[in-house]
Amino acid sequence: MSKRIDVKDLNVYYGDFLAVEDVSINIEAKSVTAFIGPSGCGKSTFLRTLNRMHEVIPGARVEGEVLLDGDNLYGPGVDPVAVRSQIGMVFQRPNPFPTMSIRDNVLAGVKLNNKKISKGEADVLVERSLKGANLWNEVKDRLEKPGSGLSGGQQQRLCIARAIAVEPQVILMDEPCSALDPISTLAIEDLINELKDQYTVVIVTHNMQQAARVSDRTAFFNIAGTGKPGKLIEYGDTHTIFSNPVQKATEDYVSGRFG
Amino acid sequence: MTSTLTPVRSKRSALTKGQLPKYAPYAVLGAALIVGAAILALIGFNAFGWGLVSAILFAIGLVSWSAAVEGSRKAKDKLATCLVVGSFLVALLPLVSVIWTVLVNGVPGLINPGFLTNSMNGVTGAYDNKAVENGTPVLGGIYHALLGTVEITLLATVISVPVGLLTAIYLVEYGQGGRLAKAITFFVDVMTGIPSIVAGLFAAAFFFVVMGPGTKTGAVAAVALSVLMIPVVVRSSEEMLRIVPNELREAAYALGVRKWRTILKVVIPTAISGIASGVTLAIARVIGETAPILVTAGFATSINSNVFGGWMASLPTFIYTQILNPTSPSNPDPSSQRAWGAALVLIILVMLLNLVARLIARIFAPKTGR
Repeated sequence: MSKRIDVKDLNVYYGDFLAVEDVSINIEAKSVTAFIGPSGCGKSTFLRTLNRMHEVIPGARVEGEVLLDGDNLYGPGVDPVAVRSQIGMVFQRPNPFPTMSIRDNVLAGVKLNNKKISKGEADVLVERSLKGANLWNEVKDRLEKPGSGLSGGQQQRLCIARAIAVEPQVILMDEPCSALDPISTLAIEDLINELKDQYTVVIVTHNMQQAARVSDRTAFFNIAGTGKPGKLIEYGDTHTIFSNPVQKATEDYVSGRFG
Repeated sequence: MTSTLTPVRSKRSALTKGQLPKYAPYAVLGAALIVGAAILALIGFNAFGWGLVSAILFAIGLVSWSAAVEGSRKAKDKLATCLVVGSFLVALLPLVSVIWTVLVNGVPGLINPGFLTNSMNGVTGAYDNKAVENGTPVLGGIYHALLGTVEITLLATVISVPVGLLTAIYLVEYGQGGRLAKAITFFVDVMTGIPSIVAGLFAAAFFFVVMGPGTKTGAVAAVALSVLMIPVVVRSSEEMLRIVPNELREAAYALGVRKWRTILKVVIPTAISGIASGVTLAIARVIGETAPILVTAGFATSINSNVFGGWMASLPTFIYTQILNPTSPSNPDPSSQRAWGAALVLIILVMLLNLVARLIARIFAPKTGR
């Protein structure tokens, strides 16, 4: 249940503005890959191109190839909806559906697509997904209560449960802990460690310690200046990036000399 | 140094010095009312003038007393409070006056037996004359008008809600500020300003061309009313759809949900309470329209439950004709009693609609709680 992603010479544009330039990266299956870099360097933009979520913004387009186990996401005739059902996403701020109960939030991917599911199967799916997101014990007695009544950390784990309930191959996480306290952050990080047994996880983070703690490989993005495109500076094993980077810019960033 | 430790009860706290006593506003109000009454007694007493003079005296008295005791900052605060409360009372005055007048004049008509269940069919001036001369009950009722109002408004809602809601969805979800979306927004704004009689004439002329001259039915009136309703529905639904956070749409897309399903199952349910109350307010806006119904549905004195054939009465046109052309020209009082009764029913109808809107908003509102 996980696939690798290979990106070849990817340019991302917003209209005429080149936001991310010439990224090539190979993301291994069943691993955690972290994207780090200063604000505005295009790491979130790049992450969103991995499941075509950038197309939600008018004028956004890409050049290049993103291969999911060899299949080009941007090939002719590829349906972005099919891409997104294989590559799930968790956002910066927890966004459970306010009109739905906890249970319905987990089942959202099934129910919103009008797939038929028996009550027994639904119960199994809800329990498995919530257990997968380490949330089951906290909410099992109030599955019918609204999801917006949970704490921020619980809401974010609910969103992760919702993402894994559709059984994707890859899970993208866009700064999933930036709105959470340290204890909730720890819970999510533990969860990421468990998720990589089954899924390919890609995480964008501002927190370098977090990248060092959870990821197997790390990509460092940087930007030359305002209005210039973001670039992938260095990509390698997390240990190498943090202890013995090749590029001067990477070393400056991870040692806190700038950014 | 022990003296500082024992509290001095008799002295007022230094922190509360220079304040008006709690009873100050009431004292000033009492004085203002008395002085106001005295002034009015000199030039001829009337309640409106008494209220006005007392209010001015109260504001002057309280502000100058406060300025003398508390200083200019507190005095300005008191002046602003007087202005805010005064404006609120001025705004409330017409509303209370209207409700009071309609209640006083309308209740005798409303409690008349058969008022809500009879039409005006067969009620002639002779009966009204008899009612005035012999004191027999006033005959006739508003059943036909009530039925017409409900049916016409319902049909207008059925026409305008889908059109308006779909327009709003196009503007928010698909238009993306393009040329067509801008043009639609512009014309919706223009439509909002259309005088209601013009909408009525449009519907009448349209049906004259399509169905033949002289076509006057409830359906024509419903079309005229929907011309007035659609822009209101578009505007309110658009606002409601716009405030649905983009994050929810993205969350649905990220689950592999198609755009139309996202709109149908995430965006609209999240906004439904606002949309529902917007629709109800739009209904309340058109339910009292008179002119467009007069030129499109005419007016009837008998029961016609078919919106697609024959002239139809409605509450506003009923009121209009009863006041302007009383059933008995020599004794217009029964007619005006019926008109006031109908006006009361119309106001109750609009109030009920507002309550329904609040109820709907509460039922559909995103759930909270743990």
